[in-house]
Amino acid sequence: MWAFLHRFASPPHFYRLAGTIAPWLGWICLGLMTGGLYGGLVAAPPDYQQGESYRIIFVHVPSAWMSMFIYVVMAGASAIALIWRIKLAEVVAIESAPVGASFTFLALITGSLWGKPMWGTYWVWDARLTSELILLFLYFGVMGLHAAIEDQRTAGRAAGLFAIVGVVNIPIIHYSVEWWHTLHQGPTVTKLSAPSIHVSMLVPLLLMAVSFKLFYVTVLLHRARSGVLERERNAGWVRELAGRPESD
Amino acid sequence: MPESVADFFRMGGYAFYVWTSYAIVLVVLALNFIIPALRHRRVYRALSRDAGLTDRRSDEP
Repeated sequence: MWAFLHRFASPPHFYRLAGTIAPWLGWICLGLMTGGLYGGLVAAPPDYQQGESYRIIFVHVPSAWMSMFIYVVMAGASAIALIWRIKLAEVVAIESAPVGASFTFLALITGSLWGKPMWGTYWVWDARLTSELILLFLYFGVMGLHAAIEDQRTAGRAAGLFAIVGVVNIPIIHYSVEWWHTLHQGPTVTKLSAPSIHVSMLVPLLLMAVSFKLFYVTVLLHRARSGVLERERNAGWVRELAGRPESD
Repeated sequence: MPESVADFFRMGGYAFYVWTSYAIVLVVLALNFIIPALRHRRVYRALSRDAGLTDRRSDEP
């Protein structure tokens, strides 16, 4: 296991393996997303209270889950990079940030478009919404800090440290609907008792969630390949690769 | 299941909110896919160009 991890983390091996895996994951993601969209937009019945408007859930909830999941991955990779000095972990951390910011933006904007017809307002300074907005700013902070520092080592370390500190916001987001009386509803799926959602709605929701997760992994692998090439531009294997005619 | 295609697009009167949400999601996901692809091409091209210039230097092992 350790030997495998070590080999995987070596830049040339990662570059090759990621290039092979990414397209497969991409196609599986597309397949699941097509199924999820069909299930969510066409097959699932309208909600008894919210009518058709609830269909925003199939993009809103998976986006919100991803916004937090990616942050935890980013903070975890930053910690690994800081402790064990694994270059690939640093690449994973910094390349995750724009994808995480995208999903946070999507969670906020789709939530807003859902809030207008259901709550009567696009925005309210509710604990869930506010903490999610802070998450977006944390992503911007990581990206901005990394971009602002010239020296790559220092930039990676500073951004990583910032990401790790910001992780305190994640439990705040998750429990915000329980700790404070908010307009945002409580958890529907991720609670200890049975999910309070019908199977015909739960299945497309989970399909979308898995496809979003695969989307993140696919994009991350693509991004990390570019990141590895940029960092290793003076290494022998990159020179050898770049000397050959463009193949992948 | 919606009764008709028109019904499907009307989304029970919530068409604006539902379709705007889905459109924004698709655009953001597409950008997340396209931007790294363009970047990879740019990085690769730049490296190939550099390799072309420096490839025959004797300091290569």
